[in-house]
Amino acid sequence: MAANNYRHALFCAIVTLIISFPILGLNLEAQGVNITLTGAKTSTYIAIFMAAVAVFVFQAFRDSFMGMLGKLPTLNPLAHKEPMEQSKRVKLESWIMTGLLVLALFWPFFVSRGSVDLATLVLIYIMLALGLNVVVGLAGLLDLGYVAFYAVGAYTFALLSQYTGISFWMALPIGALLAGLFGLLLGFPVLRLRGDYLAIVTLGFGEIIRILLNNWTSLTGGPNGIGGIPDPTFFGMEFGRRVKEEGNTSFHETFGIAYSGEHKVIFLYLIALVLAVITALIIRRFMRMPVGRAWEALREDEIAARSLGLSRTAVKLSAFTIGAFFAGFAGTVFASKQGFISPESFVFLESAIILAIVVLGGMGSQLGVILAAIAVTILPELAREFSEYRMLIFGAAMVLMMVWRPQGMLPMKRIHIKLHKQE
Amino acid sequence: MQDLLYFSQQLINGLTIGSAYALIAIGYTMVYGIIGMINFAHGEIYMIGAYTALIAITGLTALGLAWLPLILIVALLCAIIVSSSMGWAVERVAYRPVRGRHRLIPLISAIGMSIFLQNYVHLAQGSRNVGFPALIEGGFNFSADGAFEMSLSYMQITIFVTTLICMTALSLFISRSRTGRACRAVSQDLGMASLLGIDTNRIISATFVIGAALAAVAGLLLGMYYGSVDPLFGFIAGLKAFTAAVLGGIGSIPGAMLGGLILGVSESMTSGYLSGEYKDVVSFGLLILILLFKPTGLLGKPEVEKI
Repeated sequence: MAANNYRHALFCAIVTLIISFPILGLNLEAQGVNITLTGAKTSTYIAIFMAAVAVFVFQAFRDSFMGMLGKLPTLNPLAHKEPMEQSKRVKLESWIMTGLLVLALFWPFFVSRGSVDLATLVLIYIMLALGLNVVVGLAGLLDLGYVAFYAVGAYTFALLSQYTGISFWMALPIGALLAGLFGLLLGFPVLRLRGDYLAIVTLGFGEIIRILLNNWTSLTGGPNGIGGIPDPTFFGMEFGRRVKEEGNTSFHETFGIAYSGEHKVIFLYLIALVLAVITALIIRRFMRMPVGRAWEALREDEIAARSLGLSRTAVKLSAFTIGAFFAGFAGTVFASKQGFISPESFVFLESAIILAIVVLGGMGSQLGVILAAIAVTILPELAREFSEYRMLIFGAAMVLMMVWRPQGMLPMKRIHIKLHKQE
Repeated sequence: MQDLLYFSQQLINGLTIGSAYALIAIGYTMVYGIIGMINFAHGEIYMIGAYTALIAITGLTALGLAWLPLILIVALLCAIIVSSSMGWAVERVAYRPVRGRHRLIPLISAIGMSIFLQNYVHLAQGSRNVGFPALIEGGFNFSADGAFEMSLSYMQITIFVTTLICMTALSLFISRSRTGRACRAVSQDLGMASLLGIDTNRIISATFVIGAALAAVAGLLLGMYYGSVDPLFGFIAGLKAFTAAVLGGIGSIPGAMLGGLILGVSESMTSGYLSGEYKDVVSFGLLILILLFKPTGLLGKPEVEKI
């Protein structure tokens, strides 16, 4: 057995060398028309070698390592504690939510403009992730083209503002409804498909939307995108230094305060905050309604759910449409925040990031998803020097999460009541 | 005559691309046939094959090797070895631990792996596309009255011939060899096969290795045909190949070949008669239509839902 172990370990180490040496160790460099091969830095070679040694050692002594890992929980002080009681947990979660909300309400007034801008982006991701959470986490439909609905929302606002001069507040419901309609139209035929086929079809749909946006130059401006998307107004008051439209008033003049560019940023942040809270609350209601329970029932066992009389199409379609609706919501806010959109913002990677947020946070759990959205958006900003490794770490995190903790960081727990024995 | 030549040109181009798609599609279809998961990272394995081949070709040329067939064969071997090892390692790290869990979990793991591999190559080799030298040049030209020339390049012939060789070898391997028989047994019934003494883990690994090797061949061929590679090279090609696999009936090897050819031809017809920008729309549209109206594909067997 031992010899076999070493043979296997040696094999693994050689494979490690094979898959890392040519790609990492030999770099292609284009010089004019010629391509030359240059060696990497010595440190890279040492790293490759160390990795192979590490793999060898791990594989050779795998059994003893695993034995040690098995003992680890005894060192963990939390392991023996009883899991928190249901009612306590729910209370704690709602306290954390409230705390986050209060913090979110006040802090933009004390920090820099850049941080508020970033926070708005976080809120947009929270909206997107909460919406996708309905589709993936609750209904168990893997949607890889979610970004298409986000694009529909954003482009609806951009195009309507360009051609009809519509304001943000009008575009918000229109964009969301249109995205929902797209979800309905796409969902109707494809929801009959089984899980992984559905994933690929939605991915194809997302790509089709992006290619159309990219090539329909006369309408969407193609890769150049659409600019000049208006900012939201505060009861009709604009945030610019000067009023763009005749007869309008500007925010700083009405309130008699000095003009500051920050007003607009903070206002946009507050809008995003309110919308994110609305999204969370609406979805929270849905989860407790019969339709929410039907989503989960269908996710857990489709055949059983159908045999109990649930309409598969109706239940799936409702989840899909609601998810798309909130993506449209987020898209409108995004268009307004950026002031400019192009198909670049709606690539598959974006869908993958939103999916990663849902997966990391714990499918179905709202608090988990919100915390994951904050972490996924802010961590790369904090570690800027590692920013190029961001997607690498992302991919690795998705794999590791699926292997070790597929239920996510804060898995969802159904609210239930335990019946106690009568005395 | 003119129109006929134009049409045949599109047909040749389509069949060239299509046969390369078929090579990649085999990897998807074999893996799906055995463990029922979509190996989302397969496109990246193909991309890594193309990169390795390019690295090998550049290295060999720099060493002063000039005999073309030798360069190509060595590059092909390098690509196959690296890609197969990658395929083996990916299965080991990302798929084996999650095998048998809920359907979505291996798929999400595969998406994570795909993002990881894309960025691995991106970090190591840079994000810009690198030119692939055109080693096989020239070809036959046919023209009717001098206006439009139909050409059949040696590169295209190489692609056809190599694909044909690979497909024949694969068919023989699957139908005649011991491992091939075990593969078929495992794809029919994994549990039963393991009861009868087949090392199913080994067979599943073998499937990934074979699929990755064929993807590496496709990587060398298409890299040379398109004339450049970049880290995102595998994503769209992977999706196309998946479409081909679904079109032919996922799980069926002849289906993957047929699906690849149909997809390649329909794509080149779109670029030839409509516009090159919409060829991806056509292939994804095709995928959606097939899944809606004939989810089992052209040559697939219907799947019975067991309770």
